[in-house]
Amino acid sequence: MVRYEGKTVLRLRVNGEEREVLARPSDVLMDVLRDQLGLTGAKPGCRNGDCGACTIVVDGWPNKSCLMLAVEAEGHDIVTVEGLGGMSAEQRAFVEADAFQCGYCTSGFLMVCHAMLTQHPQMPEELVIEEWLQSNLCRCTCYAEIREAVLRMYGTGKSS
Amino acid sequence: MIPFGFAYCRAQTLAEAVAEYARCMALGKTALYYAGGSEIITMARAGDIRPDEVIDVKDIVECRGMERDELGLSIGAACTLNQIKEAKLFPLLGLACGRIADHTNQCRITLGGNLSGSIIYHEAALPLLLCDAEASLFGPEGERRVPFADVFQGRLRPLPGEMLVRVRAPVWALAAKHAHIKKTTNEKIDYPLVNVTALFYGEALRAAFSGVCAQPFRSERMEAILNERALCPAERARLAVAALPERAHADVEGSGEYRAFVLEHTLKKLLEDWELGSL
Repeated sequence: MVRYEGKTVLRLRVNGEEREVLARPSDVLMDVLRDQLGLTGAKPGCRNGDCGACTIVVDGWPNKSCLMLAVEAEGHDIVTVEGLGGMSAEQRAFVEADAFQCGYCTSGFLMVCHAMLTQHPQMPEELVIEEWLQSNLCRCTCYAEIREAVLRMYGTGKSS
Repeated sequence: MIPFGFAYCRAQTLAEAVAEYARCMALGKTALYYAGGSEIITMARAGDIRPDEVIDVKDIVECRGMERDELGLSIGAACTLNQIKEAKLFPLLGLACGRIADHTNQCRITLGGNLSGSIIYHEAALPLLLCDAEASLFGPEGERRVPFADVFQGRLRPLPGEMLVRVRAPVWALAAKHAHIKKTTNEKIDYPLVNVTALFYGEALRAAFSGVCAQPFRSERMEAILNERALCPAERARLAVAALPERAHADVEGSGEYRAFVLEHTLKKLLEDWELGSL
């Protein structure tokens, strides 16, 4: 049994690197990623699990980092948008499809798409894509372009 | 940010979790069993709860995984809604889990969390009520197995210090004809205005509801009316709504009258589909 009380050094595996952070058990992962590791790609939006701007990938599945304690992340593989490297298939597809305006939601959508590509290497049926994308909100309403980016990610978009 | 601190304990065994809970109680502290944590984090951030400690049960082997055998399906309380949906072992429960919150949150919310939380809808409970599922709980007195309906009255009601470990659905329910109809006021992802979940035991329709009243329920009286096949679907639907166990729930999503109206038409359509053999 592991028990933490007060500020504790946690060892997290983020974007393939072992990192140490000093956190309280009640600190949510999003704040620790941003404030201690400088990984500001996970955006604070609603902080309530609704908007998806803080989405990261945990062990291959999408996860809203505002609804996960940092202490829970020990022993798991965390990927943030910084871990995609800048030229991943998802990122290129978003650029090609102009799938953003202000860009605040983009990192969250990218992480959902990254997890989707991990779990569904072949393009899943339309309903699955819809369900995954419905976890995130875009206040600029770029939904049509984001959908197009997903198609391009799977090599079936308009210019593919 | 959660504006206060609490201790975090990650238990490896049921005995460890229950002992830690008891230790907190003995010290006059409040402890919560913790799995997905989405509701606990949300409520703590808003100041609605202030636990001294959370006891994470996700690593406990007995709370994890799904096991199918010739008698039925056993599901760990720490299984996520998405795991249950993707497993496709209990299709009706999978449908219910797939309409709770959004997909990303389904990867986080656990079955135990949905059944235990303070949000009134508990939609994952409906298939379990309909199939006469069994619940396995572990507490200071050890393990006990009881009919799920005995510990789920409006929400999961374990004894002090007890935690849900697994639920077990009988084999007939895993392949039974079923229907899951969730009506929301606006968006697809929302709390239910009306959720009608139906499971057929042979040719008898069983039905449970969420969103209709202040808590989810299964009503034998309503089921008897819905199965009165001498009456037309419209009449059965009207009589069933008149037999609601309490007044229809009213809130910002919809008035009680509106909920009753939507329920009646949903039931009528369900019964018509049943008669047409299109379920």
